Amino acid sequence: MSGTTTLAPADSPAAAPIAPRIPDDASQHVPFRAMLRHVGAVTRRYLILIKNDPEQLMDVVLMPVIFLVLFVYVFGGAISGSTHQYMQFVVPGILVQTAIMAGSTTGVGINTDLTNGVMDRFRSLPMARSAVLTGRLVSDMCRLLLCAAITLGLATALGFRFHTNVGAGLLAVALVMGFSFALGWLFMIVGIKGKNPQSVQGLSILITMPLQFGSSMFAPTNSMPGWLQAFVKVNPMTHIVNACRALTTGGAYAHDVWISLAWIVGIIVVAAPIAVRMYRKKI
Amino acid sequence: MTTTTTTRTGPRDDVPAPPGGGTDADTSIVVTDLVKTFGDNRALDGISLTAPRGRVLGVLGPNGAGKTTLVRILATLLRPDGGTAVVDGHDVVGRPQLVRRTIGLTGQYASVDEKLSGRENLYMIGRLLDLPKKDARARADQLLERFNLTDAAGRRAGQYSGGMRRRLDLAASLVGRPRVLYLDEPTTGLDPRARNAVWDEVRELARSGATIVLTTQYMEEAEALAENLVVIDHGKIIARGTPDELKELIGARVQTFRPARPQDAEAVAAALRTAGLAEVRIDDATGAVSAIPADDAQLTAALAAVAGTGVPLASVTELRPSLDEVFLTLTGKGADR
Repeated sequence: MSGTTTLAPADSPAAAPIAPRIPDDASQHVPFRAMLRHVGAVTRRYLILIKNDPEQLMDVVLMPVIFLVLFVYVFGGAISGSTHQYMQFVVPGILVQTAIMAGSTTGVGINTDLTNGVMDRFRSLPMARSAVLTGRLVSDMCRLLLCAAITLGLATALGFRFHTNVGAGLLAVALVMGFSFALGWLFMIVGIKGKNPQSVQGLSILITMPLQFGSSMFAPTNSMPGWLQAFVKVNPMTHIVNACRALTTGGAYAHDVWISLAWIVGIIVVAAPIAVRMYRKKI
Repeated sequence: MTTTTTTRTGPRDDVPAPPGGGTDADTSIVVTDLVKTFGDNRALDGISLTAPRGRVLGVLGPNGAGKTTLVRILATLLRPDGGTAVVDGHDVVGRPQLVRRTIGLTGQYASVDEKLSGRENLYMIGRLLDLPKKDARARADQLLERFNLTDAAGRRAGQYSGGMRRRLDLAASLVGRPRVLYLDEPTTGLDPRARNAVWDEVRELARSGATIVLTTQYMEEAEALAENLVVIDHGKIIARGTPDELKELIGARVQTFRPARPQDAEAVAAALRTAGLAEVRIDDATGAVSAIPADDAQLTAALAAVAGTGVPLASVTELRPSLDEVFLTLTGKGADR
């Protein structure tokens, strides 16, 4: 972003007392508390949208339910020998899958939002630019929380059992939320860049499918070919799923939790500023 | 290019602008050599104008003339490729957040959230403008009442009629009590009643001391609301002045006398010629007779002359120059220069 083109020509008489060039963002700074207020207002808007149109909750909430039932009863016996054993294995995986789906919903959502007339209004207000994106993400997190609760509730009803304590279980959910929040920024870039919601949706599926299945999410990895195992090892999904699995059904989790946290922070630090910049420029 | 007399505003906003630049007590907006291109299309091709404080500046032009681009730059939604725009002392590029604090924007396509109710729309904007919750709520109710939307306050804006939506949009742009208000074709697509309601509001706002920039494609609207006009076409200003001055530029007023029976056209034409009117013409298809009176007295004489013939008239109408004619006239003159 350069403002130099707006300087008066050097030879013009009025150009003599040229002001030191000020950065474009000099007046863009919004105090932190004001920013929180703006995020709150935008989040509120999205939550009202959900309240006014509960149907948009359906796909996000029902999807993991359908996945859970299908995976457990279709693949369960074949993969783990019994549906009950597979249930213990796959529920943490499904939980992470909901996080990924929530993330891609964010991308599609922001792409649709950009065509809404209210975006012009937002841009003409002295509000924090990032608040629009953050507000959207926070409301998506609320949706995810509901979705995770339903998934875990149904899983428990079908025979899933926690073998750890409440703290570990909550940490697993927090990890899933944090991961979804981070992915949301990534998908925001896809959403802002994308031509239309359909292309964003298509691209999101293209990106997430290999990451989901090329991990320990739905099946044990030891029977996979070597090249795929190599991919599985570097795939962050694997670490998040393993961490969640250990946190809910028992086992050592510290290593996977740390790696997961590193991924979450890393993705946010890289993707969030890019997304905000792109949103600012997209006019 | 003319010499540029306007520089950027200083690094601090309390520093007075250099002489001849920025804005002062009398001018609210100073635009200098503004250029914006989209690919090969020069949407704005060196626009310079000033908007007097507390007045309505009309920006008149056909579709695609660059009106909306100009408003979007002044509202900090678009960055210019060249030139400067200073609004209320703040450069739109260097100090966008300060500009945003002083402006209100009502777009051609109402920028309200269709899925939120009228009240929720206004409340959200109040919060985004840093009003405390209570104040945001009070301001929303106050504006809803003023714009006659109280009964519809709880309904989604998507269910509003075109006129109601435009009123909500206008209300939304007023939440922050802006000193400068942009109205981008505020009545396009409205029926006459809704249009009149918006007109009344604009007049009311102008009385309250806000500077208003109003874009329109309707000569009539510009005349009704604006004290000063600029006419733009292909991204350039092709004329400026008061509505009266522009009318002079456009040419004489044409009166049309339509006899009740088409066969009386010759008799009417003869009477008009006797009265001294210029360019008396008969439209063979309708039997209407058009002529240009030099002044009001001649028009009165013409009516007397026609009355003297005893021919019954069906109508007498003044032909306002259409915007097309305005542009033909103005761009024609531009080409001669």
